[in-house]
Amino acid sequence: MPTASLTLPLKVLLFCCLLVSALAFLAPMLWMLSTSVKPLNETMTLPPVWIPSEIQWRNYPDAIAAMGHFWRYAGNSLFLAIMTVIGTVTSSALAAYGFSRVEWKGRDKVFVILLATMMIPFPVVMVPLYGLFKSLGWIGTFKPLWAPAFLAGAFNVFLLRQFFLTLPKDMAEAARIDGCNELQIFWHIILPLSKPALLVVAIFQFMATWNDFLGPLIYLTEQKDFTLALGLQSFQSQQGGTAWHQLMAASTLVVLPVIVLFFLTQRTFIEGIAATGSKN
Amino acid sequence: MTRREKENIRTGLLFISPWFAGFLLLSVYPLVATLYYSLSDYSVLSPAVFVGLENYRNLATDPIFWKSVYNTFFFAAFALPLGLLVSLTLAILLNFDLPGRGIFRTVFFLPSLMPMVCLAVLWQWMLNGDLGLINNALRPPLDAVNALLGTNLTPPNWLQEPVYAKWGIIFTALWGVGQAVVIYLAGLQDVPRHLYESAEIDGANFWKKTWHITLPMISPVIYFNLIMGLIGSFQVFAVPYVMTEGGDGPERSLLFMATYLYQNAFDYWSMGYACAIGLVLFVVILVLTILATRLSARHVHYEGN
Repeated sequence: MPTASLTLPLKVLLFCCLLVSALAFLAPMLWMLSTSVKPLNETMTLPPVWIPSEIQWRNYPDAIAAMGHFWRYAGNSLFLAIMTVIGTVTSSALAAYGFSRVEWKGRDKVFVILLATMMIPFPVVMVPLYGLFKSLGWIGTFKPLWAPAFLAGAFNVFLLRQFFLTLPKDMAEAARIDGCNELQIFWHIILPLSKPALLVVAIFQFMATWNDFLGPLIYLTEQKDFTLALGLQSFQSQQGGTAWHQLMAASTLVVLPVIVLFFLTQRTFIEGIAATGSKN
Repeated sequence: MTRREKENIRTGLLFISPWFAGFLLLSVYPLVATLYYSLSDYSVLSPAVFVGLENYRNLATDPIFWKSVYNTFFFAAFALPLGLLVSLTLAILLNFDLPGRGIFRTVFFLPSLMPMVCLAVLWQWMLNGDLGLINNALRPPLDAVNALLGTNLTPPNWLQEPVYAKWGIIFTALWGVGQAVVIYLAGLQDVPRHLYESAEIDGANFWKKTWHITLPMISPVIYFNLIMGLIGSFQVFAVPYVMTEGGDGPERSLLFMATYLYQNAFDYWSMGYACAIGLVLFVVILVLTILATRLSARHVHYEGN
C-alpha cells in the first residue's frame, strides 16, 4: 500500500509495530544460539542471562559426541535429500510436461485428479504403505524414503506445470517442424528455459526430506541409519530435558544447513514460496 | 479420432506415466487398502481378517479416540484463525513502504524453515516452567499485577498442565507462520495501486481500503492458505510427539488424531484400528475442505474468469 498519505507519526508507529513483531520472532532463535554456547549452570540462572560469562564452544563437539552417530546421521540425511531431489525433479518435470505441453483428450480432467491427491494426508495412507514396503523387504532400509520420489509429487507437478504453461509455443513448434520428437523438445528446449522453477522444486524437496520426521520414524529401525531429525529426537528423549546447552547446540547444527541453503538461494526461494499461493 | 490425436494421447500418457504409477501405488492402492483394513483385524504380521464394522463400533465408544478428536479440533480451531490473523497482519505491515522491509520479511520467514524436531526441542525449552523464556517474560508483568491487586498469579508450567499444554503447541505453530506471510505479501503486491489511489481520492481511510480493496483482492490467496493450513493442522503430529518425548502429554492433553493413529499402528500393532482412525481423519479433512470451498464460492473474488 502506498505510504504517501501517511503522516510521519503514523509511519513511526507502524515501523515500531514491525520492530516489536520482529523481535518476538527473533528472540527464540537468539535464545537457542545463546543457550547453545552457555556453560550448563548458566542455563539455569534466574532471571536468564542472554550473554554467557564465557562462550563455551565445546558444547558443539560435546553434543556431536553425545548424539553417537552424528556424522552418519548427517550423511544419511544428505544421501536421502540428494536422491529425493534427483527423483522428484526428473519425474515431476516429465509429468508436468505431459500436463502442459502435450494436448491430449482428458488431460485437464486427469490433472484435477492430481490436484485432489494433494489432499490425502500421509498418516491416512501410512499403514498400507508400511505393509507394502514390508512385503518388499524394505523396512529398515532407505528405499521407502527415496524410491517414491521417483514417482513425482503432485505439488511439484503443479508448480512446474504452471511454469511450463507460461513458456512461448513458437520455439517448440519450430523444433517440431525440424523433426524433433517430444522428448527432444522437453530436453533441449523446455528444461533449459525452466531452470529457476526446477531449482525451486529442488530446494523445496531438499528441505522436505531434511525436515521429514514421520517417514524416518516408521521406516528406519537401526540407530545408525537414522536421519539427523530422527537422531536429534532420539538424543532429546535420552536426555530427558536436562542438558539444554547440548540440545540447543545439536538443534542449531540440524537447522544450519537449511539456513545456509536459504541464504544462498534466497531470491529463488522467496519467489517460489510466493508463487505457490498466487497462481491458482 | 485422428492419427495425430491418438499419437498425442500416447505421448501425453508416456510423460505422465511416472506420476500415474505413483498415483496407483501411493494414493489409490493405500486408500483402498486403508478402507479394507479398517474393516479387518490386521497386525501386519499376519494377513487381515475381515470383521465388518467392529473397528468403527469400538471407535465410537473409545473415550481415548474422542479425546484425540477433541484435541485435534481444539488445536485447529485456534491455530488456524490465529495463524491467519498473525500472518495477514504481518504481511499488511510489510506491504507499507517502510525502511528495512527486506530484513523484516527474512526475520518472519526464518522460523518456518526449522525442521519440526528442532522446532519442538526449542519450544520445549522456551515453554519450560521455571527456566523458559516465555515464563521469564511473563513473570514481571504478572508480579506487577500481583503487587497491585494482591493476587497470586504465576505463569503456568505449559507442557505439564493439561489446560495449557495445547496452547504451548499453538504458540509453536504461530511462530512458524512465515511461509503464509510471504504468500500473502506476494498477493498484496499484486493488488493494483490505482485502486488505492482512486479510493483515496474518494476519501477512503486505511480500514475502508483494507476491507473493500485489500481483502477482496487477496481472497483467493486467503482461501489457498486456509485449505493448506486446514490439511496441515488436522495432521498435527511431530511437534507434540517430540515435545512429549514420544508420549501424549499430561492426561493425554497432547493426544491428537494422528498421534493415536500412530500409537495404534506402531505401538500396539492394531493396524486395522489405526486405519479406521485414518479414514475418519480423511473424511473430516474432506468435509471441512468442501465446506470451506462452498463458503469461498460466495466470498472469494477471482480476477477475470
